[in-house]
Amino acid sequence: MNAPVSIQPNRIPGKGRLSAADPLRFTFDGKTLPALKGDTVASALIANDIHLVGRSFKYHRPRGIVSAGSEEPNALLGIQRDVARHTPNIRATVQEVYDGLEATSQNRWPSLKYDIGEINDIASPLLSAGFYYKTFMWPRKAWDKVYEPFIRKAAGLGKAPVHKDPDHYSSQHEHCDVLILGGGIAGLSAALAAAKNGARVIICDEQATFGGALHFDSDVTVDGMDGFSWAQKVTAELAAMDNARVLLRTTAFGYYAQNYVALIERVTEHLSAPRADLPRERLWEVRAKKVIIATGSIERHMVFANNDRPGILLASAARTYLNHYGVGVGKNVGVYTANDSAYAAAFDLKEAGINIPAIVDVRDNPNEELLAKASALGIRVLTGHGVMAAGGKLRVSSMSVAPVNGGANEVIAVDSIIMSGGWTPSVHMFSQSRGKVTYDADKSRFVPGVYAQDCVSIGACNGTDNLSATIDEAIAAGEDAARAVRHNAKQSATAINATGGEAWEGTLIGAAPGAEAGKVVKAFVDFQNDVTAKDIRLAVQEGFHSIEHVKRFTTNGMATDQGKLSNMHGLAIAAEALGKDLPEVGLTTFRAPYTPVTFGALVSHSKGTLFEPTRKTPMHDSEVAIGAVFEDVGSWKRAWYYPKTGEDMHAAVNRECKTARTNVGMFDASTLGKIEVVGPDAAEFLNLIYTNPFLKLGVGKLRYGIMCREDGFIYDDGVVARIAEDRFHVTTTTGGAPRVLNMMEDYLQTEFPHMKVWLTSTSEQWAVIAVQGPKSRDIVSPFVEGIDLSTEALPHMSMAEGTICGVPTRLMRMSFTGEMGFEINVPADYGRAVWDTLYQAVEEAGGCAYGTEAMHVLRAEKGYIIVGQDTDGTVTPYDAGLGWAVGKKKTDFVGIRGLKRPDLVAEGRRQLVGLKSVDGRSVLEEGAQIVDDPNQPMPMKMIGWVSSSYWSGNAQKPIAMALIEDGFNLMGKKLYVPMANEVIEVEVCKAVFVDEEGGRLHG
Amino acid sequence: MRRFSGFAVAREAMRAHKGWEKQWDNPELKSSYDVIIIGAGGHGLATAYYLAKEHGITNVAVLEKGWLGGGNTGRNTTIIRSNYLFDESAGLYNHAVKLWEGLSQDLNYNVMFSQRGVMMMAHNVHDVQVFKRHVHANRLNGVDNEWLTPEQAKEYCPPLDISKSARYPVRGAALQRKGGTARHDAVAWGYARAAAARGVHIVQNCEVKGIRRGASGEVTGVETSRGFIGAKKVGVVAAGNTSHVMQMADVQMPLESYPLQALVSEPVKPCFPCVVMSNTVHAYISQSDKGELVIGAGTDQYTSYSQTGGLHVIQHTLDAICEIFPIFSRMKMLRSWGGIVDVTPDRSPIIAQTPVEGLYVNCGWGTGGFKATPGSGHVFAHTIANAAPHKFNEGYTMERFTSGRLIDEAAAAAVSH
Ligand SMILES: Cc1cc2nc3c(=O)[nH]c(=O)nc-3n(C[C@H](O)[C@H](O)[C@H](O)COP(=O)(O)OP(=O)(O)OC[C@H]3O[C@@H](n4cnc5c(N)ncnc54)[C@H](O)[C@@H]3O)c2cc1C
Repeated sequence: MNAPVSIQPNRIPGKGRLSAADPLRFTFDGKTLPALKGDTVASALIANDIHLVGRSFKYHRPRGIVSAGSEEPNALLGIQRDVARHTPNIRATVQEVYDGLEATSQNRWPSLKYDIGEINDIASPLLSAGFYYKTFMWPRKAWDKVYEPFIRKAAGLGKAPVHKDPDHYSSQHEHCDVLILGGGIAGLSAALAAAKNGARVIICDEQATFGGALHFDSDVTVDGMDGFSWAQKVTAELAAMDNARVLLRTTAFGYYAQNYVALIERVTEHLSAPRADLPRERLWEVRAKKVIIATGSIERHMVFANNDRPGILLASAARTYLNHYGVGVGKNVGVYTANDSAYAAAFDLKEAGINIPAIVDVRDNPNEELLAKASALGIRVLTGHGVMAAGGKLRVSSMSVAPVNGGANEVIAVDSIIMSGGWTPSVHMFSQSRGKVTYDADKSRFVPGVYAQDCVSIGACNGTDNLSATIDEAIAAGEDAARAVRHNAKQSATAINATGGEAWEGTLIGAAPGAEAGKVVKAFVDFQNDVTAKDIRLAVQEGFHSIEHVKRFTTNGMATDQGKLSNMHGLAIAAEALGKDLPEVGLTTFRAPYTPVTFGALVSHSKGTLFEPTRKTPMHDSEVAIGAVFEDVGSWKRAWYYPKTGEDMHAAVNRECKTARTNVGMFDASTLGKIEVVGPDAAEFLNLIYTNPFLKLGVGKLRYGIMCREDGFIYDDGVVARIAEDRFHVTTTTGGAPRVLNMMEDYLQTEFPHMKVWLTSTSEQWAVIAVQGPKSRDIVSPFVEGIDLSTEALPHMSMAEGTICGVPTRLMRMSFTGEMGFEINVPADYGRAVWDTLYQAVEEAGGCAYGTEAMHVLRAEKGYIIVGQDTDGTVTPYDAGLGWAVGKKKTDFVGIRGLKRPDLVAEGRRQLVGLKSVDGRSVLEEGAQIVDDPNQPMPMKMIGWVSSSYWSGNAQKPIAMALIEDGFNLMGKKLYVPMANEVIEVEVCKAVFVDEEGGRLHG
Repeated sequence: MRRFSGFAVAREAMRAHKGWEKQWDNPELKSSYDVIIIGAGGHGLATAYYLAKEHGITNVAVLEKGWLGGGNTGRNTTIIRSNYLFDESAGLYNHAVKLWEGLSQDLNYNVMFSQRGVMMMAHNVHDVQVFKRHVHANRLNGVDNEWLTPEQAKEYCPPLDISKSARYPVRGAALQRKGGTARHDAVAWGYARAAAARGVHIVQNCEVKGIRRGASGEVTGVETSRGFIGAKKVGVVAAGNTSHVMQMADVQMPLESYPLQALVSEPVKPCFPCVVMSNTVHAYISQSDKGELVIGAGTDQYTSYSQTGGLHVIQHTLDAICEIFPIFSRMKMLRSWGGIVDVTPDRSPIIAQTPVEGLYVNCGWGTGGFKATPGSGHVFAHTIANAAPHKFNEGYTMERFTSGRLIDEAAAAAVSH
């Protein structure tokens, strides 16, 4: 692992901040390469003189590293530590090297140097913007089979992972006074000022070290030290303060309503052997009183012919590689610029011993001082010139230079070109906060204008160019924010003295000379998506005049860098083609996230068992112990059936049903929703919520209630017990619990606010054990104290309070099976103990536990409905045969008007009836459709559907319930159920298959 | 209109694409039109196209307050299917699927309709009951939809996790092989170009601010940001803004508007062959031609006109995606956005005449109207041209909310019990 630094041809001894004492190794396309600790994959590749790192999306053009930051459009690699941890599309400029990292280039086959897809580059005249909308239409069938698969294969970038992600992620919510986005000189100064004045501060930066532009800007001195060292000192100072949190490698990616900002921290991706307990990434969800945006600015490239050749990169990136990483981007570096900043880069490179054959400046009269310095350093400057084209393919080899106003070309040999078209303020987060930008015509840039949230922009992202102005602005923002949230904070002034950092002048947005309208050259605006200046003009020519249209037609700005380099150029070229001013054409919307965010990090802990909490009843473990098989019902696990050894589901369910009817069965009904409705107006309230009358329900009595929506269709049902004059125990369906409570609250708060009623969810407070069957009373009574269980004292549909097994109970005499039965409510914590005790007695008596499937069969044998199965939001109480449950004398209840609407009282509605299979054997499929005439042509007229269907062991035949047009009037009629390969004949009957008179209920 | 073809592309390639003309003009506004369509989304543009093509009504303007296709048409996840339960829905959506199948050729614009199959996952007994009901009803309605076992589902979509240990194990799926996706922008642009070629005026940056009525209450035209424009008939196709626009004619709509979000991942090589939807875990996903995973989230809980929703909605969606496709955990979200969807009480659209003479409305498509675009435009054009509904939109009246004759697909998909 000790590869000498000397074999990194572009590493310049004595330059940069990395230490030769910390060597690392990584691989690129299988080849092992040396690097230094602190390198990004990009800096290490360039150190090894590798610029060719990938292929573009559409034309498969060879591509190199363009930037040194998250704006990188080209250098996207597959990165992995091991097979299961393969991650596509990682920016080499952001990924830090760790020992053993494996990087692979993407979107090429068979190799990076020889890529078959390159044929697209040759065919590129055919593949202009939006070409696919105009062709591939003939023959029609060929789209699915030939064209589309071809397009898909050519597109895409990296390969998706194929293994389950072995890493974990974490998330944390935070509140703070001041959140500062960006840790350059502006952000750090503001953080210091805010923290010193007592504010609780969070500052984050996406890079591995704070400093922002100080990473490259070697001219800046702050408080007597070089800028980058000052940044490290302040970082340490902040980190040591109790009221400040410093987050490195943390990108603010989303700015949502009410200063809710989402940050993503890369926790382990830079470590060679991360501790297993560390999350790979951590999501910070921060709610800040004040947000200070200090996100800096991004340098633009120059749009000229073949500006995408590997070795051509941003001037500031070259400077970063040199001053921070100690890496020269080449040995013979040409400069192409419209901005002063490239001069500073050129000077630094020159002073580090790199040859600068020429600075090509499109401006006629650049800053005199810069020209003087260039001449002092012996650098040739060609003002009023442009680079007409870059030469070379897998690596830039020359630049062809000519005067902007026309004239002879001069070809200058280079092995790299650095460029600057000026700087774009990073208004992404500001715009995401829904702030409106304004156009600064002087400097051709958009800067924050109207704010929509409690935030402020400072420094370069605010269009403040000058260093001392930036610091003043930052300190003021930090102090103001602290003062606003900490009124009694002690005033502590922050003073920072800085020199250097002159404002850079000059800008060029849009096509550079030589790539103007009419020139048939490939001058890239959006590198990754292969959008050229002429593509943008073509869009305009074809009538795409809104910038959003231009973006979508050309895909400019839609690549993984989201147009950080390309948006302004695209806009300028479109504006020029339209003959309009930039602001008239407008910016496209900035959408979250700022940089791509790992799905897993957004998921964080919500996976596997924590994906959605699994709800289990208090008796769950006892049920597991006796072999229950469970089904998911909403978020609950419910015991579905209890197979004995050797039994399949069918056998188990038959046995459970038979036992419940002939002996005794026990059922866990704890998942039913329960709501305690209390207050002087409780009865009045329920009278309005349910279709049934409730005013006269006596204390200690139960009533089956139906609840409709305003539209008159059944919403939920359940049994309601009157515990006292002013207290009801309401039950709902399992899935209905939350929405019924919501609906009740809604009505209480909006429609019946005059009522004195309080609602409390008690679903999880009560465990409910149903004991059903002829022997149920014998089972229960030995354990009960204080309640007379005789039919006289406790008839069907009544309840009493007392104790069972020494535990308080609300004991209800009721039945969902048609047998005599009890539903025993006990406080949830005692549920399991009472269940176990009763279960022992049941078992000794030859009874059994039954699950939800047997419960369904038992109730279907009696024709009891299940809301959501036998109803579907289109069924009225009358349709369900439950007209008796609608209070005829009631003048108001939820749904009363809905129920009177013409279509709800019309003839021929679908009504709930029973169905027998004529052959006596066929169990119908739930959901099967019913027709009158099975021989009619398609589409068939369907008159109903099977909502419930089972084999009934007790009736010794298949039973079913169905909603059928005019069903109540079709008793005895033969109908048909057409299946895929047979037709089943059925007969309409009453939906009662066992004990029609209902005598068994009363025991 | 100069026709698009492989040949035309080749010819233009030889001459630097100088010959391509504007796909639609920016015409001079006339003082009045026979029909004005408010809203240049897919539905509005399709309506104009079919008015011209099927009914010979070409004196038509489509007025758009922003840029055409910039509403939900340009924001949706483009899932197309027709395996709806009720006869009305089966009729309408299947009508649309049939038009989709020939749309690229009809418009001479490749809308990239890709019949990669739409698979809806069942995760519990209740889902199974509901989907089987759909499968049976669809079969008898002549709509393709088949039931798959978990193993068959996995075979159709290999990234699917069908392990029994999942929080909500897969119990089967309903597959519509004819379902799929299309390129949303191309749909808007294709209709715009084809409509413009038949003389329709497409007017962007023209917001309708009022609806003018005559002495007997009939529509006489619209007030816009560019002045008054007369019209004999006005069709409102304004999606999330419909309530606002209809209010201008004093018609109160049974609609609520919510933000609905979607997101895409970074592009990757083909890894996901079809469309998968899961109502129970709340997720739907497909892969675009560009290689991005296209993922739909749910609506925010509260009504709003803000086109950004909350992050938690996206998080919940990704929870679900990674739950059924654990291999996607390391993929990255590239872009997220929202649109405002207009939701009716029964979640089915309204395509109908209104109580105001000459005023027609096509709305309420909620979270799922892209798939209907050609069918919707086709029957709405018929309705406007004939002042009477087409057989496929007879049931989609406004009056159904007063009469109770709902087409309640949402309720039919029901909820867990
Ligand atoms: C995130 C998301 C995902 C979706 N996924 C799917 C899916 O997978 N499958 C599916 O089938 N459907 C989906 N949908 C729904 C689908 O997008 C819509 O139902 C459909 O696109 C609606 O089309 P439209 O033409 O009616 O509306 P829009 O495209 O919204 O067009 C309405 C137009 O009216 C304009 N307008 C409004 N007011 C005025 C005015 N006063 N004056 C002038 N113009 C006005 C608007 O600017 C807009 O352009 C989704 C929606 C969203 C938001």
